[in-house]
Amino acid sequence: MELVDLRYTKTHEWIHLAGDVATIGISEFAVRQLTDLVYIELPAIGRELSAGEAFGEVESVKAVSDLYAPVSGEVSEVNAALAEDPSALSDDAYEGGWLLRLRTSETDLSRLMDQAAYAAHCAAEDH
Amino acid sequence: MRQTEEVGWVSYLFNSSSQQQDMLRTVGTQSVDDLFAQVPQHLMLDRPLDLPPPLSEMELEDTVRTLAAQNVGASARCCLMGGGVYDHFVPAVVDEIASRGEFYTAYTPYQAEASQGSLQAFFEFQTLICRLTGMDVANASLYEGATAVSEAVFMAMRATKRHDRVVVCGSLHPEYLSVLRTYLAHLECAIEVIPVVDGVVDTSRLADAVDHKTACVVTQHPNVFGCFESVTEMSDAAHAHGALFVVLCDPISLGVLTRPGDYGADIAVAEGQSLGIPMQYGGPFLGILATRHEHLRKMPGRLIGQTQDRDGKPCFTLNLQAREQHIRREKATSNICTNQGLLALRATVYLAAVGRQGLREIAELCCRKTHYAAQRLCAVDGLRMMFDRPFFREFVLACDDVAGCQERARAAGFDIGPLLKQFDWPGIGSAVESGVLVAVTEKRTREQIDGLADALRC
Repeated sequence: MELVDLRYTKTHEWIHLAGDVATIGISEFAVRQLTDLVYIELPAIGRELSAGEAFGEVESVKAVSDLYAPVSGEVSEVNAALAEDPSALSDDAYEGGWLLRLRTSETDLSRLMDQAAYAAHCAAEDH
Repeated sequence: MRQTEEVGWVSYLFNSSSQQQDMLRTVGTQSVDDLFAQVPQHLMLDRPLDLPPPLSEMELEDTVRTLAAQNVGASARCCLMGGGVYDHFVPAVVDEIASRGEFYTAYTPYQAEASQGSLQAFFEFQTLICRLTGMDVANASLYEGATAVSEAVFMAMRATKRHDRVVVCGSLHPEYLSVLRTYLAHLECAIEVIPVVDGVVDTSRLADAVDHKTACVVTQHPNVFGCFESVTEMSDAAHAHGALFVVLCDPISLGVLTRPGDYGADIAVAEGQSLGIPMQYGGPFLGILATRHEHLRKMPGRLIGQTQDRDGKPCFTLNLQAREQHIRREKATSNICTNQGLLALRATVYLAAVGRQGLREIAELCCRKTHYAAQRLCAVDGLRMMFDRPFFREFVLACDDVAGCQERARAAGFDIGPLLKQFDWPGIGSAVESGVLVAVTEKRTREQIDGLADALRC
């Protein structure tokens, strides 16, 4: 999974689509903004999500943030190890830091930001 | 208030006029009136306030004493009133500790970690509440029992993600139900109230009312009539559909009864007034909320945690603050950002002073004395138990002229009540007209109970 192939939401989730499997996580920028992570709540396997629906939350000592589904689909896998130890996200927000996988019928991610657009989005937010 | 020389008030503001001039000069104005320049002229009061002339300290004290004397406190009469607030004994050590200046005048701490003494007290409070209720975690307290019930309902909605429907026992205190209705008034949430049959809720009707859209079942045990509900069956009925079981329990009763945590409650709430807090004409009181570990992050209110400082010494901190409203805003677990510090302290001192054994003894005294009173009163012609159910510290006495009955008692120095007809009751029928609550705490003596029976005999 190459960073450059990921797409991003305005709410800092990243998504990697391979066939009908979407892997979803949160960006390194988001992890850095949150600081020390203490808790992650992930959905149950089998749950149906709509694009934009809040599917869980990530809690740090500073804030609790909702996590939003970039696409619609059915939850097929969750990263249980990460739920046990959310601090692992600060080391690796991408490969090992995936949060969940959805089985999706969506194929067109062009509405989501590519890496360059996302970097610009973060620069604008990060003042 | 603008100061005018003519009026000659005793000023409670200590700034001299030269200090005032200094301040005005610093902010760049000439007079205090300039600071109100933005207020439209026609709204400005152009005369002194229409108040009676000032009293001297001596006259003021006399006026207030006369007003206060119109009230009669529980110690001057014999209180046997129930309905959520009780005349329990408050050991002297509670006042001794709670009246210390450091505790008595302290506001809710904003830089909480600088108030280690307060945090330690609240941590001990949380610990005692967990032991009392059999739950895993308790918060640092809420305002009082009714809002604690409402907060528990919101918590159940968050935990189950169901916002459409709650099932409530009709034997819940009607004012608590009324507060819950207020909290849910602008939400699309149905409240199904299960009717009372002979003093308790019909459990099969409750089971029928719970479905997969129900966030929680709310039960008071012992209920507002003092009767025992079938809590184990209700717990099963709630859980069969994935709903949470919210129980409003009585702290003193937990000296003898099974704890909510041991019969399946997911959230236990209570009114803590019985724990070292006098009746105080209705408040302030103490809200208690405790839950299971899995719902920890959905809890409202402040949560004290124990940790270590950078030197490895044990200390206390406010935990999970990211879920409170000043950070999480509209998605916060609640809008409450404080606790009932002074009253939670009183409850902590009370529980520590009486201990596990003491609480058991107090509960047993309440139970025995209440049953003795029921026996003596029912031996009086025209009086009878309204419900034939097991009860703990209060019961509903039925008589044909219930208001007259209450008045005869009052004239003899005994206060019983409230009358059931003071409230709106869902579906208990005509029983309302003839019922009055009677509660007997550990403070009541045999002589007093016999005295009440005699007063009602005439």
